[in-house]
Amino acid sequence: MTTRQAPAPSDAGRTARPGPRHHGRRVLMKGNEAMAEAAIRAGCDAYFGYPITPQAELLEWMARRMPEEGRPFVQAESELGAINMALGAAATGARVLVSSSSPGISLMAEAMSYMAASEVPVVLINVMRGGPGLGSIGPSQSDYFQATKGHGHGDYRVPVLAPASISEAMALTADAFELAERYRTPVMIITDGILGQAMEPVELTFREPPRVDAPWATTGAAGRPPRVVRSLHLEPEDLEKHNLHLQAKFAAIADREVRYAGEHLDDADLVIVAYGTAARVARTAVARARSSGLRAGLFRPITLWPFPSDALRQLAAFVRGILVVELSAGQMVEDVRLAVEGRVPVVFTGRTGGMVPTPGEVVAGLRRPWTTTPELPREAAR
Amino acid sequence: MSVAIPEGARVVFGRPELLVDRTSSYCPGCGHGVVHRLIAEVLGDLGLGPRTIAVAPVGCAVFAYDYLGLDFVEAPHGRAPAVATGIRRVRPDAFVLTYQGDGDLAAIGTGEIVHAAGRGEHLTAVFVNNGIYGMTGGQMAPTTLLGQRTTSSPHGRDAAFHGYPIPITEMLAVLPGVAYAARGSVADSASIGRTKQYLRRACEVQLEGRGFAIVEVISNCPVGWGMTPQESIERLKEVVAQVYRPGVIVDRTREPAAAGGPGGAASTDAAGRAPAGR
Repeated sequence: MTTRQAPAPSDAGRTARPGPRHHGRRVLMKGNEAMAEAAIRAGCDAYFGYPITPQAELLEWMARRMPEEGRPFVQAESELGAINMALGAAATGARVLVSSSSPGISLMAEAMSYMAASEVPVVLINVMRGGPGLGSIGPSQSDYFQATKGHGHGDYRVPVLAPASISEAMALTADAFELAERYRTPVMIITDGILGQAMEPVELTFREPPRVDAPWATTGAAGRPPRVVRSLHLEPEDLEKHNLHLQAKFAAIADREVRYAGEHLDDADLVIVAYGTAARVARTAVARARSSGLRAGLFRPITLWPFPSDALRQLAAFVRGILVVELSAGQMVEDVRLAVEGRVPVVFTGRTGGMVPTPGEVVAGLRRPWTTTPELPREAAR
Repeated sequence: MSVAIPEGARVVFGRPELLVDRTSSYCPGCGHGVVHRLIAEVLGDLGLGPRTIAVAPVGCAVFAYDYLGLDFVEAPHGRAPAVATGIRRVRPDAFVLTYQGDGDLAAIGTGEIVHAAGRGEHLTAVFVNNGIYGMTGGQMAPTTLLGQRTTSSPHGRDAAFHGYPIPITEMLAVLPGVAYAARGSVADSASIGRTKQYLRRACEVQLEGRGFAIVEVISNCPVGWGMTPQESIERLKEVVAQVYRPGVIVDRTREPAAAGGPGGAASTDAAGRAPAGR
């Protein structure tokens, strides 16, 4: 996998995933279905899921396609069941996919912590919906905190990938398996109801990452000592040692796996930071702003953890202001502020509950007196 | 520890190969050690050790992987049947065993055990029921008997206040996916012998691809019950076994075999194929 590592901001990283481009057939596909097929073509050995909108098409695609491929598909009794089936299957060294939407991810949080602790590689797709609670099934990015800071208990991190198009979602699905297995970690992909359920033309380009040895996997102790996939370390000395090992791994991921894309950054003095669907809106807003004389650019994190903090910090030296656009009340904006360390005003524009800001609203967010003290995100969201 | 066997002598009792020679963390008189030994004997007799992937619970028996020489996956609390389902589906050649206590299986993990059984997953579930949460200090469990005092039912379990004990194995036994369900006991050598037979049959059921098999073993918790080991064994016999009666609860393997179910090793449909490429 090719990764970008916080170079000076430029347009060069637009796709951030260079490599051989196979020009396959172009078809109209829903994001959920495209990701499901991309997972199958990436060598996904087993899929476990539970119905929830707006990810249901992913489960349905797998229900039809996995048996065709002679691979296990199980519709579990709950998201608890699905994620723990994934834990068991992946603990034997299998390549495993799970998908859900926000409330279901909350239920999966317990096992996410166990998988991070016992180093079980699983790819988990969250097709986010509006929260909190049962919320709505509209597109939302209200699970940024959950994906990047939380899910389960304990001191751990999980790589989080955020595609902004269906084609990118397909590529990142294959990449996610590779990341998961390389680092023995759960990997999360977050999309939303638009990316999941809207159709757009996609090029059928697939990639199956090479298999890596799994000398830790439970396969039956034949001719070797027994193996245990576990997270319990009752002795504080043992647990601290294990945790330091995990932290070293997280540091390596943060060092090597940062990805982002930039558009019109070379001459930009105002920058929009947005990911996923919000970045699609922001792209239109940048074009409109430019046509009206504003030198705007787009900085799009592709990995939400590790967050492209270094690149943003460098960018802050060259711009007058940063506008963060999210389909939430302002979550990633906190990481942007941490990254730029007060070098430049950081303001926020967002909608919540399944509402999507218009390009006009985003452009309006750019037209402000940037010399004043930056607003707090909650004020901007009102 | 190995001992030289004199000429002409024969071993009539020894440590099963799969039972690891180490001091256990279980309390004196606890029944878990007996159940561990029975599992080691049965898997050894059937030659299943090298094929087995076992799933450990949360609770006292989380340390089962320290005492049984098998590959183990440690499940979150109550989730062992789901974890085992995942293993089963991608490893049709493996023998998959779960080990759970009553808090793990009959309280927090009720959903997982019911649906693994409902799917007829080809698993062998060992369910040790001592009617109490041992590891956390002796709190009331779903299987705690009426009147029984625990640290969270200090005046005794009162049906009007705490609800009734749940006979989960009988509940599971009504599901057609359950090929075999039995209840053993560690109260005395005769019970232990029968329990071993139940465990052996529950393993064979999986090997035959007949469906889900569960053996509940009623056991004692001297510390949690506030008794000496001997008193706890008396209570197990005189009180507990009168409510949770040992014996075979259901045996559908005597009915004609259904076509290979979706859940396991004997399945010939697409769902059970081994993942390629490893």
